[in-house]
Amino acid sequence: MDIHKLQEIVHKTRDARRKQTMPKLSTAERDELIKKYHPDFRENAYRPIKFGPNEGEKTVRELAALLEGDSPVPADLDLTPTHTCDVLVVGGGGAGCAAALHAHAQGASVLFATKLRLGDSNTVMAQGGIQISVAAEDSPVTHFLDTLKGGHMKNDHALLKVMVEEGPSVAQWLLDLGVLFDRDADGNLHVKKGGGSSKPRLLTCSDYTGLEIMRVLKDEVLNRKIRMLEFSAAVELLSDGQGRCTGAVLQDLDNKRFIVVAAKTVILATGGIGRLHIQGFPTSNHYGATGDGLTMAYRMGAKLMHIDTFQYHPSGAVYPEQLAGALVTEGIRSEGGHLVNAKGERFVNELDTRDVVSSSIIRECKEGRGIRTMAGRVGVWLDTPLLDAEQGPGTIEKHFPAMVMQYDRFGVDISKDPVLIYPTLHYQNGGVQIDTQGESGVKGLFVAGEASGGLHGRNRLMGNSLLDLMVYGKRSGLTAAARSKAEPQGKLTLDHLKRFREVARKHGASASVVSPMLFPAYAKKD
Amino acid sequence: MADIDKDNVVDQEEVLHPKMVTVEIAGKKHQVPEGITMLKALWYTGQEVIRGVGCLGGFCGACATYYRTKDDPKVKTCLACQTSVHDGMSFSMMPPFPARKATYDLAVLTDPKQDLFNLYPEAPLCRNCNACTEACPQKIDVREGVWRAVFGDFKAVSEMFMDCVMCGMCAPVCIADIAPSLVAVYASRAQGVHFTEKPSRLAHRIKEIEDGRFADEWNRVLAMNEQELTKACAELK
Repeated sequence: MDIHKLQEIVHKTRDARRKQTMPKLSTAERDELIKKYHPDFRENAYRPIKFGPNEGEKTVRELAALLEGDSPVPADLDLTPTHTCDVLVVGGGGAGCAAALHAHAQGASVLFATKLRLGDSNTVMAQGGIQISVAAEDSPVTHFLDTLKGGHMKNDHALLKVMVEEGPSVAQWLLDLGVLFDRDADGNLHVKKGGGSSKPRLLTCSDYTGLEIMRVLKDEVLNRKIRMLEFSAAVELLSDGQGRCTGAVLQDLDNKRFIVVAAKTVILATGGIGRLHIQGFPTSNHYGATGDGLTMAYRMGAKLMHIDTFQYHPSGAVYPEQLAGALVTEGIRSEGGHLVNAKGERFVNELDTRDVVSSSIIRECKEGRGIRTMAGRVGVWLDTPLLDAEQGPGTIEKHFPAMVMQYDRFGVDISKDPVLIYPTLHYQNGGVQIDTQGESGVKGLFVAGEASGGLHGRNRLMGNSLLDLMVYGKRSGLTAAARSKAEPQGKLTLDHLKRFREVARKHGASASVVSPMLFPAYAKKD
Repeated sequence: MADIDKDNVVDQEEVLHPKMVTVEIAGKKHQVPEGITMLKALWYTGQEVIRGVGCLGGFCGACATYYRTKDDPKVKTCLACQTSVHDGMSFSMMPPFPARKATYDLAVLTDPKQDLFNLYPEAPLCRNCNACTEACPQKIDVREGVWRAVFGDFKAVSEMFMDCVMCGMCAPVCIADIAPSLVAVYASRAQGVHFTEKPSRLAHRIKEIEDGRFADEWNRVLAMNEQELTKACAELK
């Protein structure tokens, strides 16, 4: 059927829906819904990891294979360093930039390596905003409790307390660098309400919050003349033979040569795993989101945590096909957009946490109340025109310019037509276990941002990722810089890799899987 | 129930009438399915793309691309991850362009509107050809923005360039060698650092935290057992 015909039910039911309030689910109802429909609970998508620091624990098959995978680095690689530095930062997104800037400001010699260009990351796409408790009726403690509730009480309390308490000073740091957050008429920072939060707490730059932050951070990294290696992917870490991290092996993607870096400390800010397309899901993630940091840290002996839980963002685009998987910002729901099934009914409180909303969408589709596309996708409606109906014409265009442009390129006017959405693989809730300084279980190896785990529990709240990047980017940068002043450069060995390979052989691991993966294999081979 | 699902199927032209089309990628002709994005067309033809792919969501500017549609002499610009291919199209990705970025420490600049002319002395040499505006895949009025910057209206620049993905396609076309996106980043950041009100409530909150104003609440919450915490969370409205 023509899409406009199918959309009629959304237009027809709009006025009736506006009068309706959707109750929030009780804790028991939430748990039941998630257990039944959330992809985290699909048993056959999981398997135990065969060996290493998390031996016997379950994760998704795609990740387990990479964790058990072999390094591309030969055991006899000449480890004469090409570069020497105090702090090696791996990954050019928000956490990497924050880490590099703070370490550099302490006088450390920083080498900043990234497998794509500086700034190519998920950070640049973050639309919803950054959660910081600045409103008078809000407090860091409330932020703490909201996050804990969203994370199913599994968050690391110490990590979380640090994040919410340092939020306001991080906002000040960003303002001092020139980030232009939206303001109220009185000059104060404008705050919006985000899914799963009890108070308005999202600072935004229209729907370009991540882009604005990345533009500024990139510019500052260049102004500070921080040594930069682009198109250089980290493929293995180096150790001193006694469990301390002392550098990394990079690979120059233009000529495939290995580059040996001697570093007193290493900060992995390599992001998440969306491009592994776990359980066949499309993803909102950037091209390089292949979990590189997890595999390297794992081989080095760092423990991972919460790697059995992933976030499927409720609103990934389903139609047009060219946008499949792309994110439709949660901001639409924050401002009152309804989710509507094929019968024209609402079926969830749209501002519940992401795992609850995603599970309810999956339920609607499973039970036959979804809308299918000929390309084989299914979804429900997100009533975008409702925002203009509620708040006056032009609201959508003014508040969501990025989204308007994205759809307009394919001939869809979201102020007039509702859009089809379905959960898209969005975020790795867990990652490498860290302490409040960002240090992993391996001395000298720091992890910041999405690659780290513990902070968000089993479900991250909207707007907490950007804050995580800035706070733990900063902490790892500062601590690594201080550490590198206190300690000499350790020797460079691949002893940990030799040990890992022995264990892998014992477990009959397949040498055909090489990790890190670096990029998804999209190029057609035949 | 299942009937609803069956009736609710969106027509898709590419499925109803699948069609292979001929496109020219970097000077070489290929057959690809009509309507897929340019980046997917590159993958479809077996090409690995590393330089020229980033976020895949239209935000990072890595896939800046020149293209021409069938029989039209006009060469246009786009982001390859956000543009569909049609029969007779020709396209090539833009190589990295060696535009000069000035370096500065915004915090120590005392007169940023004047300093613009030291950092980017070419900025006021705009000859109004409008090529930059025409080259912008984000539909920013780039030429107007450059003039606003030159006349010191940094606030307007920051608003106009909020959509800028720094793809840099405005720079190679400039006959005055201006790199407008870099000028705009400077002006926007200067606007933020020097000409924007300091939010008093934020300063107040930072002071509250420093003064330990939430210490009692923290002690109360951190002393809770799991059950009490769950209850406290459930009570949040």
